[in-house]
Amino acid sequence: MANEKQLALVIDLNVCVGCHACVTSCKEWNTSGWAGPLPDQDAYGADPNGVFFNRVQTFECGTFPNTETVHFPKSCLHCEDPPCVPVCPTGASYKRESDGIVLVDYDKCIGCKYCSWNCPYGAREFDEVTGVMKKCTLCVDRITDETLPPDRRKPACVLACPPGARLFGDIKDPESEVSKAIRDNGGYQLMPEAGTNPANHYLPRRKTPSVVHEDQLQRADNPLSREAEPPKFGGPTIDDASQW
Amino acid sequence: MRPAFSVLFLTTLIGAGQGLLIALVCGQLFLVVGTGDASLSGGFYAMGSLLALVLLALGLLASFFHLANPTRAWRAATQWRTSWLSREVIALPAVMGMAVLYGGLHALGWDGALMHFANGKSLDLTMAVGFVTVLACLALFLCTGMIYACVKFIREWHSVWTVINYTLMGLASGFVLAAAYAASLGAVVTGLYAGTALVLIVLALAGRAVSLWRNARLKPLATLKGAIGAPHQNIRQVTQGFNGKSFNTKEFFHGKSPETVRMLTTFFLACGFAAPFVLVALGMGSAAVLWLAVMVQYVGLLAERWVFFAQGNHVQNLYYQRKA
Repeated sequence: MANEKQLALVIDLNVCVGCHACVTSCKEWNTSGWAGPLPDQDAYGADPNGVFFNRVQTFECGTFPNTETVHFPKSCLHCEDPPCVPVCPTGASYKRESDGIVLVDYDKCIGCKYCSWNCPYGAREFDEVTGVMKKCTLCVDRITDETLPPDRRKPACVLACPPGARLFGDIKDPESEVSKAIRDNGGYQLMPEAGTNPANHYLPRRKTPSVVHEDQLQRADNPLSREAEPPKFGGPTIDDASQW
Repeated sequence: MRPAFSVLFLTTLIGAGQGLLIALVCGQLFLVVGTGDASLSGGFYAMGSLLALVLLALGLLASFFHLANPTRAWRAATQWRTSWLSREVIALPAVMGMAVLYGGLHALGWDGALMHFANGKSLDLTMAVGFVTVLACLALFLCTGMIYACVKFIREWHSVWTVINYTLMGLASGFVLAAAYAASLGAVVTGLYAGTALVLIVLALAGRAVSLWRNARLKPLATLKGAIGAPHQNIRQVTQGFNGKSFNTKEFFHGKSPETVRMLTTFFLACGFAAPFVLVALGMGSAAVLWLAVMVQYVGLLAERWVFFAQGNHVQNLYYQRKA
């Protein structure tokens, strides 16, 4: 399945601060939009359960004290070889040929959950209220809405991200912002051993080295005496001289 | 994976139904090619087919409880080109149809000879329909097994042994049931069914033992390193991103302790294989003992199917290890 156009997200893990703004904006947009609802059960009770298209997880890498924290947003990766699509018995799960978005036709889904078994990323979440499988649509209702200004035709998560860690575009267009980001910053796919060829890419954490030399630790101009007793002057000062 | 009782009942019930149909056809073939004069009435096959049909129908009914939108179930037959689940949706009614045809022809006594052979034997209509029934049953075993075997993200299932074991356990339960049924009617094929059942129980146990052995030595398909793409050997999850539940934390975890799984493994090995073997071997010919074997084996196979699901460890579980 080689699409001419493949819309995707590129998520910069070096920029993501783990604020969950993409999670809440996704839920807000999609629960009331074309892909909704995204129902919650017992939302304010002791045992809440709900449908989200996007989750931000946090991992700790390395061994203490040399650790780093990685905030990791996870949504459907819109694989170019989506294993969830051919297994669907009804054809409800499909990949759009026009732009490569993987979608679920809620009117055909029988709720057998077999597609979710065939997704290695756990990207699909079942809606127990309407009984159909749901997943990230790349905000297909936003990005194709020509009544919106062109710069607003982006997924809700991309528009919401405060530090701008999420990029959106066509990864098949070599001149697109996302293609350049993947090329220039070592963008990679998740779990390549799964053979799914995900469209979404992640940009790795980058080290920003700063070399500190020994002499930079000691301020050459540090007037240590400033903290001490002020010097005593025996003779007339310039102030004395001026106050006549 | 979370064992869904709808699927446990579906796979065990239709397995026994298919096994019973195959046993009936094997019995007919045995009597046709045999040298003796013994034969069975059409009623024996018709009643047996009805019993198989009831099992298949109960399995089909159970499968509907797995669907959230069962009124659209007819759509599930459309994607047979790519989906084993869709193929099963076609094969199950096909087997039920063959059971109706096979039992119906026997009941009506429409049993004309289609071909005559030089040794005086003939290929009767019911026998020919029986062969097609066996093929349909084997196709259904293949479809059911492949639904699980083709899920490559559950390594415990992604094996040819899944298909082999579903087939062998279905056949074993079907032949034990056929032996009990034949013994109740005092049919001459009771010994054939019971003897074949003993062989099948041993084969099924061997196949299941191989898969248990294989599951204990599996290497994971992926690690957290590939799952989030961080170039570290030592990665641990701090939070999965939410404190409540989600589909991902419910569908893919059975929520029981490893001790429970181990206990049920021992239980199904004893109850699904050892006990029915002993009962069939010692109680040969006694209908009451054979029916007891049927029931004990069914409970054991339900436990086996529960363990099969519980032991399936999905790759996505890498992302759901810690709440906070």
